[in-house]
Amino acid sequence: MSRRFMPLAATLAVLIAGTLFCALQFPNFASTRVLGNLLTDNAFVGIAAVGMTFVILSGGIDLSVGSVIAFTTVFLAVAIEQLGIPPFLAFALVLAIAGLFGAAMGALIHWFRLPPFIVTLAGMFLARGASFLLTTDSIPVNHPLYGELGDVAIRMAGGGRLSLVAMVMLAVFAAGMVLAHLTRFGANVYAIGGNRVSAELMGVPIARTTVGIYMLSSTLAGLAGIVFSLYTSAGYSLAATGVELDTIAAVVIGGTLLTGGQGYVFGTFIGILIQGLIQTYITFDGTLSSWWTKIAVGVLLFAFIVLQRVLILGWSARPATVARV
Amino acid sequence: MTFRSFVVALAVTAGFAGAAQAQTKLTIGFSQIGSESGWRAAETKVGKIEAQKRGIDFRISDAQQKQENQIKAIRSFVAQGVDAIFVAPVVATGWDSVLKEAKEAKIPVVLLDRSIDTRDDSLYLTAVTSDTVHEGRVAGEWLLKQTGGTCNVVELQGTVGSSPAINRKKGFDEVVAKNPGLKIIRTQSGDFTRAKGKEVMESFIKAEGGGRNICAVYAHNDDMAIGAIQAVKEAGLKPGKDILVVSIDAVPDIFKAMADGEANATVELTPNMAGPAFDALMAYKKDGKVPPKWIQTESKLYLPDTAKAEYERRKDLY
Repeated sequence: MSRRFMPLAATLAVLIAGTLFCALQFPNFASTRVLGNLLTDNAFVGIAAVGMTFVILSGGIDLSVGSVIAFTTVFLAVAIEQLGIPPFLAFALVLAIAGLFGAAMGALIHWFRLPPFIVTLAGMFLARGASFLLTTDSIPVNHPLYGELGDVAIRMAGGGRLSLVAMVMLAVFAAGMVLAHLTRFGANVYAIGGNRVSAELMGVPIARTTVGIYMLSSTLAGLAGIVFSLYTSAGYSLAATGVELDTIAAVVIGGTLLTGGQGYVFGTFIGILIQGLIQTYITFDGTLSSWWTKIAVGVLLFAFIVLQRVLILGWSARPATVARV
Repeated sequence: MTFRSFVVALAVTAGFAGAAQAQTKLTIGFSQIGSESGWRAAETKVGKIEAQKRGIDFRISDAQQKQENQIKAIRSFVAQGVDAIFVAPVVATGWDSVLKEAKEAKIPVVLLDRSIDTRDDSLYLTAVTSDTVHEGRVAGEWLLKQTGGTCNVVELQGTVGSSPAINRKKGFDEVVAKNPGLKIIRTQSGDFTRAKGKEVMESFIKAEGGGRNICAVYAHNDDMAIGAIQAVKEAGLKPGKDILVVSIDAVPDIFKAMADGEANATVELTPNMAGPAFDALMAYKKDGKVPPKWIQTESKLYLPDTAKAEYERRKDLY
């Protein structure tokens, strides 16, 4: 059992060590302001990463999330500013569109037995293309509701702000944890990721669960898009490029096996914080090239994949030892 | 020590501390778009040099062309408590909420080389940008003086729909409109690249009787002009003599061409956006002098006589 928690424990250790390192180096680092920023700035990536965690737990991948985020921001800007649709209605509409989009991808993956990589790659091009079709400009959203929502925040001692988008992210993570660990849907996701054939034999509804997983991922990407739209008060077709890769990195650094079946939503949260921490460190330093973020994330990813491999090898060796005794 | 003298001592110490504070060097955070072009790399480099001259601690964050990274960097600068923030915004919209946070923290923001689309212009102290319409005008006026007002010009436009292409055309057209002898006989986009500039120039030369009808080429940037020079040479004509070459940007390679007599003039888009911004900011911090909302950088015309020296001065910046 302790072996199962090893990747998560390693991720936590990296986060704690990293935070201490930064706090010792920069006096302004250990403040609620930095904490608030970390949560606010990574809210949209975090929300999308919760969906990605489920996808990867089931042994799949979803490359469309970044494009869905961009599509959402453009859709909202066009709907609210140019068509005059009330924001909350626009939010509901875009979530429905994203959900349908994900369900369609899930259906293709299940019934046509297509690799998720290809289907969601097509989804990525489709969604990005659709946002350019809506408009190639960047459109500001000036609706008063955006300003009001932007001002909703809990003031923390020391000047930090826990913004609405940060609260939304924390709520999504909490809901994700409940969904993964306390519901039948969650158990089915783990079962499919562990071994699809035996899951089917056990009577897990594969079709419904697969469609559900991709629907969940796209809907959360849509929610991430709403958050991004609030975050920048604008719609822009080139927004959030490469976010799918950031979320995959966060999931893997968070200790979820890329082959599926094992991992924790909480780990993804830590993975997001680690990535944010590295970026914050680099801006605080001010002399390093920002590309060090990518290098650091790459090194971490590599280290975690190796760690997982070692653990899996140790695992498969264990029953043999038991049998010999 | 009485209570009163204690308070006085405290006040004096606080005063000294305040004075000392004022003398410690300024810390400025700069959220740069990225390093996609030689010009932008030069802007960053010149910023560092100008900061060093003034003893400013200049912290640069490269956003890799992403707005979300720029917003993160600005928030992080606010958290660090820097004295001012410079931003070269990658896109015009979406800055209101983060700039509001900077404003709440009383940190002045200066925009460099591009402006933003906002309804509340109190969110930034000033914007330091060049006037791209004026650049086109300067190029047009040089050509007018050089040719005495009669000249058939071919124009290589920048990327269709981009604001520098629109404005550089507009400025040049203003001069053309006032001088009937000056004519734009052909105009097409060369997409700001050397390869396309050469290709389009080749077709211009073919269409205009082997280039004999063309008196000058006006390119919206130096790179296209360099491509055009090659096309002129390949057609057996002498660039800079048979066909005059005028362009905008002032990158090192065009000075090389001018030194070789193959180009005639370039209008500078200065990479020194940070210098004027530092000066405006320091005046603001020192005496509270509020700068104008728009600081226009100089669009200086460079001719072959200084080309060699200018090339030496610039080659390491780009």
